[in-house]
Amino acid sequence: MPSATPGSVVAFADAPVAPLGPWTPPHPARAILGDPAAVLAAVALGIVALAALLAPWIAPFDPSLPLDLSARARPPSTTHWFGTDAISRDLLSRVMYGARLSLGISFIAVLVATLVGTGWGAVAGYAGGALDSTLMRIVDTGLAIPRIILLLAIVSLWGALTATGLALVLGLTGWFGASRLVRAEVRRVRQRDFTLAARALGAAPSRVLVRHVLPHAITPMLIAATLAIGQVVVVEAGLAFLGYGIAPPAASWGSIIRDGRDSVATAWWMSVFPGVTLALTVLAINVLGDRLRAALGGRQVPAP
Amino acid sequence: MTSHGAPVVEPLLRVGDLRTWFRTPAGIARAVDGVSFDVRAGETVGMVGESGCGKTVTALSLLRLIEPPGRIEPGSSIRFEGRDLLTLSEEEMRRVRGNRIAMVFQEPMTALNPVFTIGDQVAEVARVHDGASRRAAWQRAVDMLSQVGIPDPAERAKSYPHQLSGGMRQRVLIAMALMMNPSLLIADEPTTALDVTIQAQILELLADLQQRLGLAVLLITHDLGVVAEFAARVLVMYGGQIVESTSTRELFADPQHPYTRGLLEAMPRLGQGRNRLTVIPGSVPAPTHWPSGCRFRDRCPHAWDRCASEPPPAYPYSPGHQARCHLVVEPTRLSEQHTP
Repeated sequence: MPSATPGSVVAFADAPVAPLGPWTPPHPARAILGDPAAVLAAVALGIVALAALLAPWIAPFDPSLPLDLSARARPPSTTHWFGTDAISRDLLSRVMYGARLSLGISFIAVLVATLVGTGWGAVAGYAGGALDSTLMRIVDTGLAIPRIILLLAIVSLWGALTATGLALVLGLTGWFGASRLVRAEVRRVRQRDFTLAARALGAAPSRVLVRHVLPHAITPMLIAATLAIGQVVVVEAGLAFLGYGIAPPAASWGSIIRDGRDSVATAWWMSVFPGVTLALTVLAINVLGDRLRAALGGRQVPAP
Repeated sequence: MTSHGAPVVEPLLRVGDLRTWFRTPAGIARAVDGVSFDVRAGETVGMVGESGCGKTVTALSLLRLIEPPGRIEPGSSIRFEGRDLLTLSEEEMRRVRGNRIAMVFQEPMTALNPVFTIGDQVAEVARVHDGASRRAAWQRAVDMLSQVGIPDPAERAKSYPHQLSGGMRQRVLIAMALMMNPSLLIADEPTTALDVTIQAQILELLADLQQRLGLAVLLITHDLGVVAEFAARVLVMYGGQIVESTSTRELFADPQHPYTRGLLEAMPRLGQGRNRLTVIPGSVPAPTHWPSGCRFRDRCPHAWDRCASEPPPAYPYSPGHQARCHLVVEPTRLSEQHTP
């Protein structure tokens, strides 16, 4: 983008309000490349994502097929990098397929949460007044109930869930924070002159909101959503660990860790490998989310 | 209300007893409190006064852009092109905004959305009001940008606001305002944020467009010099009321309200020598606590007891000249001066 017009006058010595700095498109890539921790996180996340996407083609074994009942609970070897589980399934393959579920569910859940939260928060923030109060008290109520308890209640009533069902449940219990964030952004941008100018030119509220206000909320939403994916991975693993995850034989990371729990003293690899993969993935997501925040504006984004 | 065969002489805009109040925790802020004036088709009316006297709230009230806790009180009326705007539905009102009455804001940087090109923003007005296609609206935007004197408009339309100078941005806002060929333009301090040479260019542009388009302009400013040059009539606002209204010529020749005189004396003039500029002592009181009686009495060098007990009505002084000051009926008091 060229900077200023040749011969333009940009003297504002007596301007009552300081003009905004030039709007430059943010450069998240540059911020990440300049930081070794962020590069490491991006590489780690890239490997996990690739393994998840390509699992059907690159996984060495069928994740749900017992291979050889004489090869149960084998420690890591050159054939089975992560060892095998109690019924001789290859753990590396299981962790790769587990990534598909864990990350896929979290991604969809955060997408749902972001959409619902954005709609809810945008309406509340733009409308203001009684509608705003009503909508936000509902959000306060949602935030006041511990999420894991709410989830356990829903999931135990529901019975065995499909991956999509679980993603929806996670998404629909996780949008409260996002709605607060969007509401705050909408209220902030709504104060600005160009919103008033758009209304003065006859734009309807929906148009002002969608076209003039919401684009300014995209950046914080993106950061919050990135960080939320990491959180949802953990929540989903927690549910699965407690036995309320998606129905077997499908297994997310949480279910794999749960399967290995009983033999952790004798066969550490069964829970340690999926556990470490989970921890590193979440760490990588958080590091990237944090760097993204620093690169894109640095305003504090509350945890969803 | 709406009678067919309305008198032909009805002005374009007739504001009657406009009161816009804000119910705040500190009390009711009577930001605009009983304002009445007319704007005839094609004329320029200046509205002057200090910050906080109610100019901008008046302008926003005309477009019904007042938000809670603010409210236009019942009993106010804003007749425009034969209809009372205060009786219109919100949807009907949206067809007035930007279409029949347009507004240009003070600060051209913040009134433009930083994330869209200026062409997009000018074109949006046509898309909102005419449902014009993207391409057609863009073409009209480029034409309009050229009319407001933006060089190389087809290229410039692709610029973002921060790539333009303050004067150019103000031209863009004017282009947006005039896109639908409105009959009334409200210009709220259109030049305050610009430096002096650019101010003159923008004012000349406004005057030129007004001539060409037969537009009425309500020019809000704190600068009497701007009024002297461009407005035929002047409304002086103080404390949420119009304290003096007259032709520009008479305002300078024979001002009646002490506040108007104070404003005129505070104006720097060529050939005035090295006399110090006078200032009006004090500042505008809070709109929640206007003084009883005359709202200017705390700062007035002539105030006497009647000013505290009796709010002055808009006394007629000569045809087309009114002032809210008891001096109009008791002119002998003028010689008695004291420091307020």
